[in-house]
Amino acid sequence: MKKVTVKLFASLAEAEGWRERQCEIDSGTTAAVLWTRATGHPELPPRMLCAINMEYRPLDTVLAAGDEVAYFPPVTGG
Amino acid sequence: MQILIRPEPFDPYAELRAHERAVFASPGAFGATASFVGTMRDFNEGDEVQGMVLEHYPGMTERHLEQICHEAAQQWTLLETLIVHRVGPVVPGESIVLVAVWSAHRAEAFEACRHLMEDLKSRAPFWKKETLADGTRWVARNTSGVARKNP
Repeated sequence: MKKVTVKLFASLAEAEGWRERQCEIDSGTTAAVLWTRATGHPELPPRMLCAINMEYRPLDTVLAAGDEVAYFPPVTGG
Repeated sequence: MQILIRPEPFDPYAELRAHERAVFASPGAFGATASFVGTMRDFNEGDEVQGMVLEHYPGMTERHLEQICHEAAQQWTLLETLIVHRVGPVVPGESIVLVAVWSAHRAEAFEACRHLMEDLKSRAPFWKKETLADGTRWVARNTSGVARKNP
């Protein structure tokens, strides 16, 4: 088992009621699978974005031990 | 190149001037400065907005803004870039963002400033939650950066 850090932002953090937690994952786990493991939701929110170690990555990216995996809605800065 | 995330109100024109004085050894070291200032409006989608909270992803936001400044510096010959972005509670009339670019000639400053601002709007991890008279709402998406010309 590998440990990763999961972070949620904005409306996703508000909906789930938490912003950060640790999760244990098996080898080959993707960011999409981790979303379900961390939140219990089988479906991905539409238009959800993912960053791994603070870089945008697709949700089918396979995770490594120690990764920081962030999920967030479309950005609205500026 | 400087990236500043500000939890307090800031004066974009004072920031621009102070940065210019700090970075350039002589006042004639650059020929062009293009800047964009984004200000919080008191209306959005037909509703009066009383305030908002700007959330960001500490670490990734700064890193992303640094990356787009590096990319702009590869694409155009620039002398300096400055981005200041507000976070936390904001009220109408306060500045949200300053993007400033210095170059020898106007074309590079204009184009890089526009490019940086559009990339910031579409990719930098910030999120706005508006306070209305009857509650709060997350802003779903940013508007297009393409201007509509008058008929």
